[in-house]
Amino acid sequence: MQIDDLINHTSEWLKGTGPNSDIVISSRIRLARNLNKIPFPHWASKAQLDELIDKTSLAMSKVALLKHATLFKLANLDSIDKQFLVERHLMSIEHTQKTEQKAVLFNEEENIAVMVNEEDHLRIQLLQSGFNLFEAWEIINTIDDALAKFLDYAFLPDFGFLTACPTNTGTGMRGSVMLHLPALVMSRQIERVLAAISKLSFTTRGLYGEGTQASGNFFQISNQVSLGHSENEIIENINGLIRQIIEQETQAREIMLSKSKDVLEDRINRALGILKSARIITSQETVELLSMVRLGSDLGMIKDIDRRTINELFITTQPAHLQKLENKKLSAQERDLKRAELIRKKLNLL
Amino acid sequence: MLCDICAKNAATVHLTEIIDEKMNELHLCEECARDKSAAMESQFGLSDLLAGMVDFQKPFSKEEEPVMVKCPACGLSYADFKKVGRLGCAECYNIFRKYLAPLLKRIHGSNQHIGKRPMSCPGKIKSPVPKIDKPRACLQELKEQLQNAITQEAFEEAARLRDQIKEMEAKASKHKES
Ligand SMILES: [Zn+2]
Ligand SMILES: [Zn+2]
Repeated sequence: MQIDDLINHTSEWLKGTGPNSDIVISSRIRLARNLNKIPFPHWASKAQLDELIDKTSLAMSKVALLKHATLFKLANLDSIDKQFLVERHLMSIEHTQKTEQKAVLFNEEENIAVMVNEEDHLRIQLLQSGFNLFEAWEIINTIDDALAKFLDYAFLPDFGFLTACPTNTGTGMRGSVMLHLPALVMSRQIERVLAAISKLSFTTRGLYGEGTQASGNFFQISNQVSLGHSENEIIENINGLIRQIIEQETQAREIMLSKSKDVLEDRINRALGILKSARIITSQETVELLSMVRLGSDLGMIKDIDRRTINELFITTQPAHLQKLENKKLSAQERDLKRAELIRKKLNLL
Repeated sequence: MLCDICAKNAATVHLTEIIDEKMNELHLCEECARDKSAAMESQFGLSDLLAGMVDFQKPFSKEEEPVMVKCPACGLSYADFKKVGRLGCAECYNIFRKYLAPLLKRIHGSNQHIGKRPMSCPGKIKSPVPKIDKPRACLQELKEQLQNAITQEAFEEAARLRDQIKEMEAKASKHKES
């Protein structure tokens, strides 16, 4: 598999299927794992980190679920490729910095990804379409068990899995759910919801996780606590919270439909109209308008555009994706032109 | 010590903020601390920052702080840890155990791991119902082997594993009933 092959291919998690996929975009579980005897990445020598890549890639090659996965050393990728992988949620922004001894491995479906030598030796991630944390956990747990047979995991009975940062110690697990909450945003209830979430020690982030702002009505909610609860309890806690938010978003959508259907229909169709005819468009505006179109599709107001097409556009209109499609570096102005062209092509052909 | 923000008033509020899993130490005067919380709260999606704040200083007075203690395995000192917010290696957890235990408790509300353990059949699983848990852990491994056998199209082996799994599941459910 080559990075270039991915461009004509849709990640599994963008299918737009799975439980509650009208509101939940994706569910993600990541596990932080480290090995004994080798310092954590920020404190290790280059030789130690190289050794770690060798050890872990050998172990991963023996795991059935990773058999068709490919490992890329980040030092061999150019900056567009690296950004491209971030846009596809296969690795973090942090992983694109100081890349000499870093690697990333992922499978063709792009639902399994492993970052090597990010903050921890291994960051294993599983991404699922829809509201599906338990299924994600089952798969990642199997991978983790298989890896443990070949790797000497850093673990203490009382502290659990040992991580570079004490905020991840214990299960090393972070479960995240990406939600699309346009009705709560439009009805100005979102601040109240977010405030409640933060009191419960969950965090909210934007579309691209770490360090990004919530935009286009997308919110990623994750657990903060990783120690003192079992993996199942952590997932159950997130699920409980997500169910409540889904309920509130559903209600807000119903109220909007019953009280101001015309206004809503107007906004949704205007958004679609701009996307179908704009000649220059920024990624920020794209995300905002696509969010409205997605709502229109979820509410049955837009019938000829499926969720998968909309989900794909969120990703393929990102800067590195556009440059991959054109196969050259593009300035911001050039990208805005190409972005508009791509969206017109996709939406008018349907 | 002067405030990190205004550099005028004395810093009286000492905070460690955790932003996107990175720890950052902040020494602020009361006024700036108040402004900072307000600014953070008003920012969309960042209202959780305050909740993630950990007061690092509290559990130890300055004299007790183990700044000079070094991990013999990796050479990281406790002072290094306080500066970068990261431990150096697995052994650091043993060396700094005394100081990490209360810190972990502050961050997570607990310092006792009750989640999974690394080996699938370690034979020493701490569990309220050990009799059932041990075969179940092995069951997981068998199921994985079965999955492997199926993907490798080794159907005889798969059939054998399937029967073994059935037998174990039957046993496990008997255990539960009794
Ligand atoms: Zn100040
Ligand atoms: Zn150490």
